[in-house]
Amino acid sequence: MSSKESILAAIQKNKPDLLPLPEHPEFPVEGDLVEQYKSSIKSNGGQALEAKGPEDIRSYLDIHFQDSQMMLSLSTVVEGNFDIALAEDPHDLEHVDLAILEGEWGVAENAAIWLPEERLKHRALPFIAQHLIVLLKKDRLLGNMHEVYQLINVSDSGYGVFIAGPSKTADIEQSLVIGAHGPRSMTVFLLD
Amino acid sequence: MKLPQTHADAAAEFLKDTDRSHWHDDTLWHVRSKRDASAQKIPEWEQLRTLASQIKDHVLSNLDNLLLQFEKNAQANGIEVLWAKDAQEHNEHVLRILEENQVKQLVKSKSILTEECGLNHFLEDKGYDVVDTDLGERIIQFNKQVPSHIVMPAIHLKKKEIGDIFHEHLGTEAGADDPQYLTEAARQHLRQKFIQAHAAITGVNFGIAETGGFVVCTNEGNADMGTHLADIHIACMGIEKLIPRAADLGVFLRLLARSATGQSITNYNSHFHRPRKDKKMYLILVDNGRTKQLGREDFRNSLKCIRCGACMNTCPIYRRSSGFSYNSTVPGPIGSILSPGMDLKKHSTLPFASTLCGSCSDVCPVKINIHEQLYKWRQVITKEGPSQPSKKWAMRFGGKVMSKPKLFDLMGRMARKSLSISPRGFVYNSFNAWGKHRELPEVPKESFKDWYKKNRNK
Ligand code: SF4
Repeated sequence: MSSKESILAAIQKNKPDLLPLPEHPEFPVEGDLVEQYKSSIKSNGGQALEAKGPEDIRSYLDIHFQDSQMMLSLSTVVEGNFDIALAEDPHDLEHVDLAILEGEWGVAENAAIWLPEERLKHRALPFIAQHLIVLLKKDRLLGNMHEVYQLINVSDSGYGVFIAGPSKTADIEQSLVIGAHGPRSMTVFLLD
Repeated sequence: MKLPQTHADAAAEFLKDTDRSHWHDDTLWHVRSKRDASAQKIPEWEQLRTLASQIKDHVLSNLDNLLLQFEKNAQANGIEVLWAKDAQEHNEHVLRILEENQVKQLVKSKSILTEECGLNHFLEDKGYDVVDTDLGERIIQFNKQVPSHIVMPAIHLKKKEIGDIFHEHLGTEAGADDPQYLTEAARQHLRQKFIQAHAAITGVNFGIAETGGFVVCTNEGNADMGTHLADIHIACMGIEKLIPRAADLGVFLRLLARSATGQSITNYNSHFHRPRKDKKMYLILVDNGRTKQLGREDFRNSLKCIRCGACMNTCPIYRRSSGFSYNSTVPGPIGSILSPGMDLKKHSTLPFASTLCGSCSDVCPVKINIHEQLYKWRQVITKEGPSQPSKKWAMRFGGKVMSKPKLFDLMGRMARKSLSISPRGFVYNSFNAWGKHRELPEVPKESFKDWYKKNRNK
């Protein structure tokens, strides 16, 4: 008997009688989603800023980044200075200083932003970049995880990720350190 | 034959360092408090726990069909699915994949399953350098230790010790112990490893039967750094990690991080469904004793565990005695009900490492009746196995006395008398394990029965 067959046979012998699979009730979220989102991402070590338009983001970039840094934007709202088409292999992204992406959905209760593969080009991009900026339209904000799983089909993309903050660790005496392996900062611009 | 070290003996070693044991206790209690604060913010928290528990009940009762559905969908996604009945077969699958693909360098993110299977040692014996990339795991790997906690693997170490470890292995400045500085050193070191790796091994938090994909959660992003740069992704998954529908993730992701550390969610929650173009993705489904546990009616729902670690953080025994005292891959309350199922002899003292206060069951996000199972294991073990001889004798004697009211009265009178006149060393000595760090209450002058006789007519 193959291992598969023997495992399945053991389950059939040992499993209890079938128990029902519960339906998901709704858990509606009340209140100001923008404010909730901002406070959630702060707890995760990131920040959310409201932006009226591209100018706000550009002026943020002017203050925090220099032209000499490698900035890669997959957003149509602001431009970067490095063309993703030049990166054939994810290893070519090793020196990216800033990645700018557009999120599909945002979740107010925990700041998670859904980024399917199509919005990343390379799966490695939001991890290998030193800093991450995500743009999200305010009308793409949802209350909680139940709502977002109603709207997305996770298998439409070969890969998709909920990112809720920068790369962080507390493995040394429980002290929070931002920038474990991936981005040292995450800023979300909430757009009107 | 030498009996395995008991939990009490191992704990006694840890407790020799009083400062460290207090510090350990306080640190974990702090994490537990964060969990409480976070859970209390969710009005439907209890409803979510019930839902999670029911979903897992369904999974366990339908595991064979769900696994088949999962395999079929995963294969259609282009994932190669392998089955392993035990740790050995799991390790051999991994080795074969590495050999077939001529992998030289590999990185690994946190997976308790591979720890359970002893994968690192197995591969190291074959000449591979396995690089653990979770910061806590890298620290203990340098230090030649195993994790002492399933979520916070290096929770037993102080930053000064970690500074020394990094000084030796990464060349950081001697005496430097700033967590920011040490983390930066690890970041630079591990980045090189990520860039060079040909294969990445990860665990699996949830396998989704309906879509044939799986979810991996981290805060550091190390699982993603590994898998998206390497050509080969090997995901190792216990068969109980399945959930039926993607929508069930709504329930589990809301519970997992809040229970673990009090965060509302981990910063990275990655959903893998298909390999990158021209790359390979393997998924190994591991039994290793799980189907046996499924057949033990009293213990089966220990398989619902989502490895959040909350039961450890809250446990008064775990907090004071540390993870190593359990001598088991999964320590703490849940480890104490899982491990006896794997090796009853080796782990026979674990179910006794509990006050049965029930705090573990209260915090468990999938509502496992942990403390009741601990009590049930005690019954099994006392019937079958070698309980400590002194305890066994005491129990038998106690049982005799309690079953004979006259004798009970007599013994009570004798004890009250003798305890009140005995020199201290006579009562608190090496024969009385209970008396370490504990004081007997003051001995009453009369028994309750005598008191009641005198007072009932007042
Ligand atoms: S038994 Fe429950 S509380 Fe303990 S680790 Fe598992 S899921 Fe968490």
